[in-house]
Formats: sequence, structure tokens, C-alpha cells
Amino acid sequence: MIAPDWFREDRLPHIYCTGCGNGTVINCTLAAVEEMGWKRDETVFVSGIGCSSRAPGYILTDSLHTTHGRALAFATGVKMARPDFNVVVFTGDGDLAAIGGNHFIHACRRNVDMTVVCMNNHIYGMTGGQGSPTTPPGAISTTTPYGASEPAFDLAELAVAAGANYVARWTSYHVKELTKAVAAGMQTPGLAFIEVRTQCPTNYGRHNKLRSVPAMIEHLRSHAMLVEKRDRLVREGRPVPEDTFTVGELVRRNRPAMGVRR
Amino acid sequence: MSRVEFMQGNAACAEGALAAGCRFFGGYPITPSTEIAETMARRLPKAGGVFISMEDELASIAAVIGAAWTGVRAMTATSGPGFSLMMENIGYAAMTETPCVIVNVQRGGPSTGQPTRAAQGDMLQCRFGSHGDYSIIALTPNSVQEMFDLTVKAFNLADRFRVPTFLMTDEIVGHMRERVTIPDSVEVTPRHPLAEGSLPFEAGDDGVPGFAPFGSGRSVHVTGLTHDERGYPDTTDPAAHDRLVQRLVAKVESARRDIADYEVVNPDARTVFVTYGPPSRTVEQVMRDHPDESVGHLRLRVVWPFPEFALEEFPNAKTFLVPELNMGQMVREVQRHVDRPVVLIPKIGGELHTPAELVRALEVHR
Repeated sequence: MIAPDWFREDRLPHIYCTGCGNGTVINCTLAAVEEMGWKRDETVFVSGIGCSSRAPGYILTDSLHTTHGRALAFATGVKMARPDFNVVVFTGDGDLAAIGGNHFIHACRRNVDMTVVCMNNHIYGMTGGQGSPTTPPGAISTTTPYGASEPAFDLAELAVAAGANYVARWTSYHVKELTKAVAAGMQTPGLAFIEVRTQCPTNYGRHNKLRSVPAMIEHLRSHAMLVEKRDRLVREGRPVPEDTFTVGELVRRNRPAMGVRR
Repeated sequence: MSRVEFMQGNAACAEGALAAGCRFFGGYPITPSTEIAETMARRLPKAGGVFISMEDELASIAAVIGAAWTGVRAMTATSGPGFSLMMENIGYAAMTETPCVIVNVQRGGPSTGQPTRAAQGDMLQCRFGSHGDYSIIALTPNSVQEMFDLTVKAFNLADRFRVPTFLMTDEIVGHMRERVTIPDSVEVTPRHPLAEGSLPFEAGDDGVPGFAPFGSGRSVHVTGLTHDERGYPDTTDPAAHDRLVQRLVAKVESARRDIADYEVVNPDARTVFVTYGPPSRTVEQVMRDHPDESVGHLRLRVVWPFPEFALEEFPNAKTFLVPELNMGQMVREVQRHVDRPVVLIPKIGGELHTPAELVRALEVHR
């Protein structure tokens, strides 16, 4: 078990469905926390609403499970009042990119020194599988029964454009890379944004011919393209397959940051 | 020792917050409250505090609640439109028992309404604006001095009862300038810490749990979901919800007499004005101009929880007159607690009742 001291055992069993990718993301994040050597009483987990946002409730630290979309605003208050705390936000695609979109870009702009891990499962999972701002065009959900007709947000590129000091994207298949990316984000002063494309077999896969967990994870793996490879294709003037998304470290930089431990 | 200044109401509110030890302000500019943010922006960094201009009012109150959980005294200030945006997180503050202070410098509504004109149109929203059952505390200053004094008091009440506490003022008091005495120090009620062995949301007889801010090593889980004494979600058990929400309401409502703050003038009066905020200034003017012991005045400095027992201070009252800068809000509270005629004297548009208007009301209704 990863970081056994960091789990609230009395909260088990958790609410996640069989095959959910969120547990993987929590494990990778806590592995990174262990690697950082953080102390439990100096670490605060913050979240909004949705499946992702139940994660802090299973972690044995001070934790703030807030309102839908507003986790980053609450976390900004925590971190600015106590820059000596380590602040980690768990969020999801609906929480972060729909109702919380404004807070997302402003948290990146301020570059508040915290780590934001987004479990992007392309769906509103907790409410039963409605289309979100990251539902791929054509995908079936309960509110896109004829296929999603809106373009999807690229959350990692949005964070880069908005100014976060560290941005990476991986999938729930890439557990080692993900753990390293979260740790790298924690080490970078300023806002670290790590998007994790993850599987929701219950409410996404079931409607999109990806009913089994391995099929969903394989789908994520096979559509992920390393940033370096994408860049090489672009350099060489070769086409980038349209249904792929980049994984890897998108940015690591040193813009002025707020709430950095003095 | 103290110092005397000539100051604007909003500035006095900020001074009161600083004196009370407020060290975090999250806000968004909005007329007619902005001077509070401006004063805090100027003063807080020099006092070792944090001022942050958030992206909207939802974020402002969210940041304030986050900061409050680190143990700092935290505040935001806004007006009607921003107040409406804050409602969801105000309910979150009530549910999570987060001590914080919210200032609403009221202006004419609904919607964008009259940004530079006064109103008292948010008095019921303040009490009931977020969904679900809960209780809050609201104070209503009528002078620049009270903008200072009641802001200090608001922080003490917020801490003592672990409840979002409101300073429900308005454009008139916020923007008027008066003499104010600023003491060197103010009384600060110490927080009741979470006792060793107690659960984070386990309350004693007063219904208020001890507070273990983040970093105290207690690993407190804070959630807006219905939760048990450990702070863990328990969202389907009817008894768990009943126990929690009954306590959230009772801890404030059962302390009504303790929290109450009001002035009584001419308790033997037959006709009694009931006021809060600046309409009380007009009533005071009328009573100075026309001394008459048959006219009384009940002036509330705390409107929520509503001190219905204060109405009993006037045993001979035949009629209660309630001048408000709205179309009738707090008058409903008076009406439901007395069996005598209660007359609303509404005024909207942004100006105070004139003394002549209240004299006319007296002549008609006495």
C-alpha cells in the first residue's frame, strides 16, 4: 500500500465504482507526497464537487471539501493565509473546466504555489454521466444522446496559456510518469497543474463501446502521444493524428508566483 | 488612550476589522462598498495580513472561508449583486461552522439597481438567501462609530458561535462622514479550542464545537455535505441530518438574548418606532424636534437572530411603526411577534425618510 499513514482507514469503503481510475490518481499523488517528505499536519487537501472531489475525504490530513467549481478559490485563501502549508487540490473536468473555469484561469494567472490534480474522465460521473466541457465530440452521454456536438477544452493547454509554472498531462495508464509529474509539480514554485485522463467505465465507457476497464485504459494509452513525438511530427511537417492528445511535461518555468513559502 | 478622527463609514468598518485582528481580506470591487477593500488593500500588508482581489464574489467568500480555516480572522465586503453571488458559499460557511465576517453595504435593487443609492433590501436574503435551514447573525450600524464598533463585535460573535456574521449596512452609513473614536485596543473574544479527545464537530451544551484550525494536527475533514461529529459525510441518515441542522440553528437561536443588542427610548410609549440602520437617525431627529413621551423607539443593532422579546419592553404600546428602506422586510418579524397593529413605513429610491414623513405617519397612526 502506498503511503498507508496518509489514509483515513475509518472512511473505507470508498464510494468509487469498480474500475474507476480515481484511486490510481490518489495513489500516484500520495506516492509523490511521500517522495516529497511532507508532514501530514502541514498539508491540506482541497476539492470541489464530483467524484474527484471525494478524494480528500479519504486522506488523513486537514481537508476542505467545498462547493462545486470553487476549490481553487478556497485553496487560494488557505495558501495565501498560510504559505508554509502544502496545498493540493483534487478536481475533475466538470468541476474545473465548466463551473470552475474562471477560478481555474485566475489561479493559473496568479500562479499560487499549489498542486492541482485534475481527474479528467470526460464526463460528469457523480450525477450519472452527463456531457462535460471535455467530452470528446461525438461521444455519447446522457445529455449528448446523439453524440457530443461541442468542441472540447484542452485543460493542460489552457493552464499553459493562463500562466501556470508547471503543466503536465498523463493518463491513468502512466502511473510512474504521473507520480513523477506530480512530484515535479510539487517541487516547482507556483501553480502546478497535472491533468490525468482517466477512465470512467460506469458512466462513460458503458455508452461508448469501452465497457471493460482494460479497454478504456488501452483506449487512453493508444491515443496518448508524447509531446516530444508530436513536436517531431510537426517539425517534420508530418500529420498529427486528429484523435490523439499529448502527454508529458508541457511547461516548466519560473514566472513570478504567489503564496510561496518564505 | 484613543484617537478621534473624522472618517467615512466604510473606512471605519475597515479600521474596526483591523483592530479586531482581521488579517485576511478577499474581495471584488463593487459600489458602494469599495472603500472597505481599498482601505484593507492599503493597511493589511503593513499589518502582516493578506489582501487579495479575487476574480468574483464567489471566489472572494471562498478565499475568506479557506483563510478562516487556517485560523486567521477573515472578512469580505460587497453589495447586492455580489451578495447574491456569495449565497452558495455563505451556506457552506454555515454548514461547516466557519467563523467569518461578511459586510454588505446595501444599495437599491433588484439586479444592478441603484449602485450609489442606499437601501435595506437584502435583510431577508441575509437571513434566508442560501438554500436549506441555517441561522446567522446580522448587525446593523447607524453611525460611523458603529461601523467601527459593530465590525469588531461581528468578529467576536463569528468566533464565539462559529457562524458567518453579517454587517448589514448601506450606502448612507457607508459613505457618510462623522466623528469616530478609535480605541488603542478592542476586546477580542478568544476562540474556544477543540478539546483533546473531542471530535471536530462535537458540540458541548452551547451547541458550538471547539475550533481546530488547519495545522493544529487534528486532521479535520471539512465538508458541506451533511456530516457526523467526526466531520465525515453521512448524507442519507435522516437522524444525522436532523441532529446537525437542528444544532446549527439552535446554537444561534437559543442564544438570542445573549446576542441581542438594542436601545429602548420611552418604554411607556403608546406608539413605538422599530428601526435598524439609518432610519433610526430620522426617528431620533423627530424625537428631538417633538419631545413626546407617548412616542417610543426600539433601535436594533442586532436584527438576526431577531430579538422578539425586545418588543415586550413597551408594555403600553398600541401601535408599532416600522420605517424601512425597502418595501417591507423586518416588519414581518415585528408583525409575527405582536398582536397589535404594526405599520410599515416603506421608502425606496435611495433616500432616507424625512422627519416630516415620519411626523405625518405618527399623526395618521397614533
